[in-house]
Amino acid sequence: MTDQATTTRQDWISDQEVRWCPGCGDYSILAAVQLLLPELDVKPENMVFISGIGCAARFPYYMETYGMHSIHGRAPAVASGIAMANPDLDVWVVGGDGDMLSIGGNHLIHALRRNINMVILLFNNQIYGLTKGQYSPTSEVGKVTKSTPFGSVDHPFNPISLALGADATFVARTHDMDRKHMMEIFRRAHSHTGAAFVEIYQNCNVFNDGAFSEITSKQNRSSMLIPLEHGKPVRFGDKLEKGVVIGDEGARIVDVADVGEDALHVHDEGNTNPGIAFMLSRLADSPHEPTPIGVFRHVHRPEYAEAARHQLVEAQERQGPGDLQALLHSRPTWEVT
Amino acid sequence: MPDTVLRPPREIERVIIRFAGDSGDGMQLTGDRFTSASALFGNDVVTLPEYPAEIRAPAGSLAGVSAFQVQISEQPISTPGDAPNVLVAMNPAALRVNIEALERGGVIIVNVDSFEDRNLEKAGYDDNPLEDNSLDGYVVYEVPMSSLTRKACGQLGVKPRDAERSKNFFALGLISWMYTRPIDPTLDFINDRFEGNERVIEANTAAFRAGYNFGVTTELFEYKYTVKPAELPAGTYTNITGNTALAWGIVAAGVQAGLPVLLGSYPITPASDILHELSRHKNFGIRTMQAEDEIAGIGAALGASFAGQLGFTTTSGPGLALKSEAMGLAVSVELPLVIIDIQRGGPSTGLPTKTEAADLLMAMYGRHGESPVPVVAAHSPSHCFWATIEAARIALKYRTPVLLLSDGYLANGTEPWRLPTATELPDISVAFTTSPNHTDDDGNDTFWPYKRDHNLARPWAIPGTPGLMHRVGGLEKEDGTGNVSYDSQNHEHMVRTRAAKIAGIAADIAEIEVEGDVDADLLVLGWGSTLGAIATAVDRALDDGRRVARAHVDHINPFPRNLGDLLSRYEKILVPEMNLGQLSKLVRAEFLVDAQSLTKVSGQPFTALEIEEAIEEVLGD
Repeated sequence: MTDQATTTRQDWISDQEVRWCPGCGDYSILAAVQLLLPELDVKPENMVFISGIGCAARFPYYMETYGMHSIHGRAPAVASGIAMANPDLDVWVVGGDGDMLSIGGNHLIHALRRNINMVILLFNNQIYGLTKGQYSPTSEVGKVTKSTPFGSVDHPFNPISLALGADATFVARTHDMDRKHMMEIFRRAHSHTGAAFVEIYQNCNVFNDGAFSEITSKQNRSSMLIPLEHGKPVRFGDKLEKGVVIGDEGARIVDVADVGEDALHVHDEGNTNPGIAFMLSRLADSPHEPTPIGVFRHVHRPEYAEAARHQLVEAQERQGPGDLQALLHSRPTWEVT
Repeated sequence: MPDTVLRPPREIERVIIRFAGDSGDGMQLTGDRFTSASALFGNDVVTLPEYPAEIRAPAGSLAGVSAFQVQISEQPISTPGDAPNVLVAMNPAALRVNIEALERGGVIIVNVDSFEDRNLEKAGYDDNPLEDNSLDGYVVYEVPMSSLTRKACGQLGVKPRDAERSKNFFALGLISWMYTRPIDPTLDFINDRFEGNERVIEANTAAFRAGYNFGVTTELFEYKYTVKPAELPAGTYTNITGNTALAWGIVAAGVQAGLPVLLGSYPITPASDILHELSRHKNFGIRTMQAEDEIAGIGAALGASFAGQLGFTTTSGPGLALKSEAMGLAVSVELPLVIIDIQRGGPSTGLPTKTEAADLLMAMYGRHGESPVPVVAAHSPSHCFWATIEAARIALKYRTPVLLLSDGYLANGTEPWRLPTATELPDISVAFTTSPNHTDDDGNDTFWPYKRDHNLARPWAIPGTPGLMHRVGGLEKEDGTGNVSYDSQNHEHMVRTRAAKIAGIAADIAEIEVEGDVDADLLVLGWGSTLGAIATAVDRALDDGRRVARAHVDHINPFPRNLGDLLSRYEKILVPEMNLGQLSKLVRAEFLVDAQSLTKVSGQPFTALEIEEAIEEVLGD
């Protein structure tokens, strides 16, 4: 390895056998990350992958980087400590919908609102895989699983809406069937300063096969995925015949021919008001209708760890470097002779 | 102003004073100021603050009574005293709640202005106790503190309602006169504390002086008293609470380890003051993170430790329960981490502002699986400083989470502390691993994250170190390589190795020492904040000619290596604890000795008398 940080995909692959089920969407996400990293100016020793519990949480074992497979739901908390301790580290958090939205929902929203420097990859497969097939906080109402034989009555989270509600500064969605799109989104998430939240629609071919195929299969993509591109009108369809307009009642899909090109919403991911991004996140209730992908929001806000570090520097300038002897004598003292 | 009490002050060896009033009356501040002035005067002092869990319970109610007890002495002391000699009661409720504790024939100084119908009713008095002879046998002084304070402040143009707030300074002034305390430290304090608010400085100063002068000019009091400075070991002293000492211990641990500190913490009584104090010392490179919950607090601290900092998390019982799973992770990934539990009354929310020491078994065993952690206990406010450094030393050297136990009594209680010099502090630094530590079968240098040293500690290689990339986690790991392993023999080996690592720390901690009559029949064995009461009780019993010894364990896991031998030398063992017998269970199980429990779970620390009586009972005639 040279100082130029030139690496190959092989440099990022650990010696551990990957043990996801054959055909799992996790493989393609792992490949996208391992293919992207050689393109970035990063060194393996500065990369840290932190996970909680679940199938996705095995991810760190397969990366030739530093890593911790922590406990269920707590990865953003552990990662926060690492990001605070050393700003030179590139901290990535990996977890599934159960890990990050159910047991760990609290840590996720607080990492996002603090805007602490890390990339958060949410593998959303709308099911509990490791515990063999119970419904998850993103499963649709009516989902029949081992724990809901008569159908789930739980209303699901929309992870993008949730992240926007937590005032996340970078919010994006991609899916496991499009490596190029994943790599591009991951690249942008990595370059963001602050917490970057990426929802990845990921197929669990054992317990929830085809959950996203209506929108992510090659033949359906052009008509069912709505690409969000900064500064461009939001359009989709084989012939870009569909578009999105923002009205009083929110975002809605229209035929471009009906409204005219000029009426289409032009995507502005830098809009400091998250309202329109939120409307876009509500375009689809489930992956059975046209669904936006890409970067919903990308704004700048002071990063937490840097702000905390800044206070240390300020304190040293104001109080001088820490002097233990002086601290011990900082309250009223008296002498006994 | 000439003193109408012309006699010289009577010298007394010690006095125990309890200031009591409504939680809005500023009794904690009053007690703290009296303590500080006495400490600066050179007395030995020990305090017991006691306040309700509600921020402001209804004014005048029994639930809203806040009290502060202090013992000042010309002899070294180790408790806030058993029964107060003097009770300052600012209202009827304060009198009613505290009268029982007062010694027979003790002095009661009441703010007579507050003994009117409404307050008497709120306190549940059918008749005014100042008029119905129920206080016969006590020496009662009725002082119109409210009206005199209003009068003193009124001259400054302060509104009566605002003036009323200064009446605690009137009480402080009066008691300062009564016990011949220097007044300058309090006047300086008023100026510092209320800097920028001239009106408040003037009002409090006027009230304080009015109280002092009331003692000087009235003939109400026959005597004033003085307590000579104590003969303490030479040195520079400060008066310190356990929580401040503990926070400074965290600062010192970082300095002595040469590592930045990260404290991950969620506010909880009575531990929050540690977070407050540490957050003021960022110039030491200390990061304090007020986390979203208890779990995030320990999670962030563990993350910081993984990244090469010294991670701490502070909490009380309910928070410790929430941190259990993360502690198990820390046991598994074998990283340094100090978890600090300031115990309070439980279970559940329990008694947030009252003391108890009932988390010992949770500290020992409160995790799933075989999950041993070293347990260190602080035994006095100033010892919190040393115990914190010791906990950090063990955590760093053995790459393990360490549980440090304190309690509400130590946290808020104070004692004079002879300040150490920097050279008295141990070097607790450890080295990170920066190069491969293993050669594989093909002759290549490689890094094995679970290849242990002679202490069974694993290497600490931190992110950012080239070539040593590795993964840790909560899944069982293969010995040496640290790779995930479900192999049954490997698991058995790893469980036993983790246990052996912690047990082996016994060789690295001080032996326990016996005080008192070494050849006695009875040993009083204590841990934690009971030290002061036990020491006082045993000293008194020895003075009475009783044959009794005592020993105190600061390391509870592992126990000091000589503890078993020591216990076997005594026919009888008495274990006073602020729980239902947790240490006694441990020593009975570990050493098969017939330890007898003396238990107390009233939210109050032991008095020396209670332990003395138990000693008498065990020894018989």
